[in-house]
Amino acid sequence: MAIETRSVTKRFGDFVALDDVSIKVESDSLTALLGPSGSGKSTLLRVIAGLETPDSGDVFISGKEATAVKPQKRGVGFVFQHYAPFKHMTVRENVAFALKIRRRPKAEIRARVDELLELVQLSGLGGRYPAQLSGGQRQRMALARALAPEPDVLLLDEPFGALDARVRKELRVWLRRLHEETHTTTILVTHDQEEAMEVADEVVLMARGRVEQVGPPRELYEAPANEFVMNFVGPVTRVGDAYVRPHDIEILLSPEGADSEAMVERIVHLGFEVRVELVDTDGEELSVQLTRDAATELELARGDVVWVRTRSSRVFA
Amino acid sequence: MIGKYAVRFTALGYLAVILVAPVSIIFWRAFEHGLGPFWAAISNPYAVHALKLTVMVTIVVVPLNTAFGIACGIAIVRHRMPGMGLVNAIVDLPMALSPVVVGLALYLLYGRDGWFGGWLFAHNIRVLFAFPAILLATLFVSLPFVVREVVPVLREIGIDQEEAAATLGSSAFTTFRKITLPSIRWAVAYGVVLTTARALGEFGAVAIVSGGIAGQTQTLTQYVQASYENFDLTGAYAASVVLAGLAITTLFLMTMLRPKEERSGNRDA
Amino acid sequence: MPRARRRALGAPALTSGLALGYLSVIVLIPLAALVAKATDGGWHHFWQVAWNPESRAALELTLALSGMIVVINAFFGTALAWTLVRDDFRGKKLVNSLIDLPFALPTIVAGLTLLALYGPTSGLGINIAYTRAGILAALLFVTLPFVVRTVQPVLIELDKEMEEAAASLGAGRFTIFRRIIFPVFLPALLSGVALAFARAMGEFGAVILIAGNIPFKTEVASLYVFQRINSDDTTGAAALAVLLLAISLAVLLLIGAIRRWATRHDR
Repeated sequence: MAIETRSVTKRFGDFVALDDVSIKVESDSLTALLGPSGSGKSTLLRVIAGLETPDSGDVFISGKEATAVKPQKRGVGFVFQHYAPFKHMTVRENVAFALKIRRRPKAEIRARVDELLELVQLSGLGGRYPAQLSGGQRQRMALARALAPEPDVLLLDEPFGALDARVRKELRVWLRRLHEETHTTTILVTHDQEEAMEVADEVVLMARGRVEQVGPPRELYEAPANEFVMNFVGPVTRVGDAYVRPHDIEILLSPEGADSEAMVERIVHLGFEVRVELVDTDGEELSVQLTRDAATELELARGDVVWVRTRSSRVFA
Repeated sequence: MIGKYAVRFTALGYLAVILVAPVSIIFWRAFEHGLGPFWAAISNPYAVHALKLTVMVTIVVVPLNTAFGIACGIAIVRHRMPGMGLVNAIVDLPMALSPVVVGLALYLLYGRDGWFGGWLFAHNIRVLFAFPAILLATLFVSLPFVVREVVPVLREIGIDQEEAAATLGSSAFTTFRKITLPSIRWAVAYGVVLTTARALGEFGAVAIVSGGIAGQTQTLTQYVQASYENFDLTGAYAASVVLAGLAITTLFLMTMLRPKEERSGNRDA
Repeated sequence: MPRARRRALGAPALTSGLALGYLSVIVLIPLAALVAKATDGGWHHFWQVAWNPESRAALELTLALSGMIVVINAFFGTALAWTLVRDDFRGKKLVNSLIDLPFALPTIVAGLTLLALYGPTSGLGINIAYTRAGILAALLFVTLPFVVRTVQPVLIELDKEMEEAAASLGAGRFTIFRRIIFPVFLPALLSGVALAFARAMGEFGAVILIAGNIPFKTEVASLYVFQRINSDDTTGAAALAVLLLAISLAVLLLIGAIRRWATRHDR
């Protein structure tokens, strides 16, 4: 068990950031702390790092009680949302920092920095200053810096939040590959459910300071514990009292076996998928997701009256 | 954290000894003998004239140096013509230079044997030991302030707005009036306050070039010194109170207008 | 619209010309006249006059005192800036405003009050009038804001996250100060100290009353120059004045160099 928190609570004035949060993170895993703003995920990460002290509860790192231990001594690597580069130091000096203050021999430091720069694909940029790098490069430098002292745990606080969409996607893939190479236990905080689903082995979904559900991405998607989880983790459309995934609704051209009748309002072509927006007889809006082929077969047009059938749905008490 | 209290105590203690105590004394000594003697000292005709002279000099100096400051700021940041680098360096000089050096330089230039002095004396124009000399000395020492405040603001704002105005058909002067000037108005205001304070308080350079004739070319700061040397302590303190009052008003305005980051003196937590 | 673009703020030649002209009339030409007078009889004569015993003593005394205030200000100025940025207490805003008082208060008034407080009529029983200690007190008063005001913005801007990053990498509090805070703060400190030095070298109004102007004892450079003018020895005055001018220029160049060095990693 690499990381464990037990009943951690943290308040900022009147605001309850964490409310009795208990999670377990397995060694060598890549876990995502997912949730909207204000859910407490960053606070939880900072509590694990030792940058915040919980009002109550305990933190265990590698099986040992760490609640009172200073961040310097926890053996965690932390990557900040805005990278927190040491602006007055070069890239090399940034990455070497942890080793330098541990007084490692110069040759060892040089070798390790070279190794890390190559790992994050920044070789050749060692002499530059952070101000001269792009956002993506700075983030990779921040990762290399955090990995330098070979931490037991790597904590990433919305590391890709400040980058543009394409760079973000690239770095996501790259992070997963990095994790597979280094096998460091990693916790990633993100508000982007697509990111969490794509990258993580396990997802901890949080809202308003509490844990809503924990499990592999697939489990959260297919067996959500409540409507919040279902809504957050994927697209949802409501049919009466039930919550349905848009791809679990079938469009039929005849009433046999159908659940209800609806009219086509809009057809949106999103490349491989087609989204059909319908209005049913009660005036409720439905969203259905089809493959391009299925849509072509149906030959739908705006104003068509069709029938819908739900394949599987969930009802929450 | 004991460390924090130690630092606080040291810092504030130092401030009290070096700053607060001396300044409080002015007020105490000025009113030591009551309001009557204070009022008599203030309304003494020489004191009144000194105050008028100081104010008049300031009224002329501030607009001149403000106009220069804005023009110079624009020239340095926007126009980037050759020689502006030198100008940028020279502008700071009055802040690092001793006022007696300034006074002496003017004394030599406008004295009877000086480069300008010779011509002026020949045409019976009095500069030295008259109002113009006081003006020139005060202009010199209070020169940098508006420029120094305007330059970083102009740099930070950038030319986007001005370019936008140009594409909308605004002439150069209209752009300056309606876009540039408003965008630097707080920097200019702060610079004006600093310039005014410096002009009111100038002593060293003026002491050399004005002649200090009571009732004619004696500024209020000179009046303080003259009173002291004539053993008129009440007079000296009274004039000091007026100047200190002006200083405190200046301080207040400075605090209000100070560029945003420094105002609260605090970091975002 | 290329024409509009190039002349966004019109008449560059005129504005620059006016600015340079004004600067010349007000600053450059007077200083040129000063240098001309001082070097009138040639370099050898200049050094003879500038280096005469009294002049030399004045300069050495001023350099020594200015050196002292540099050290004192470095320490207390930093402490004040630190307190104002990182500490919190009632009246902090007032204290913050008070720092600027030496900028706002006329130097002669400052001199008078220092004399009242630390001179013969002082109720405190201290009398440092006509001593070097008295001059030191005056110089400390007028130079108080410099270090505080240059260091403050740097401390304010110091990114808390950089310190947290350093902590997460294993750096203890002292290491964080030494490697993260100090390198950013040092250039600001040096600039502040350089400005304070320049100011102390040239201070006149605050010291004239308390110093007593005793040659070789309490006669600082500015007082010597003033006294030489009053004795109608403008050559003697000009010689030392030119040395003071040179020192001021050197300090300004130093500050410029410090600023360029400090921002080298931003370019």
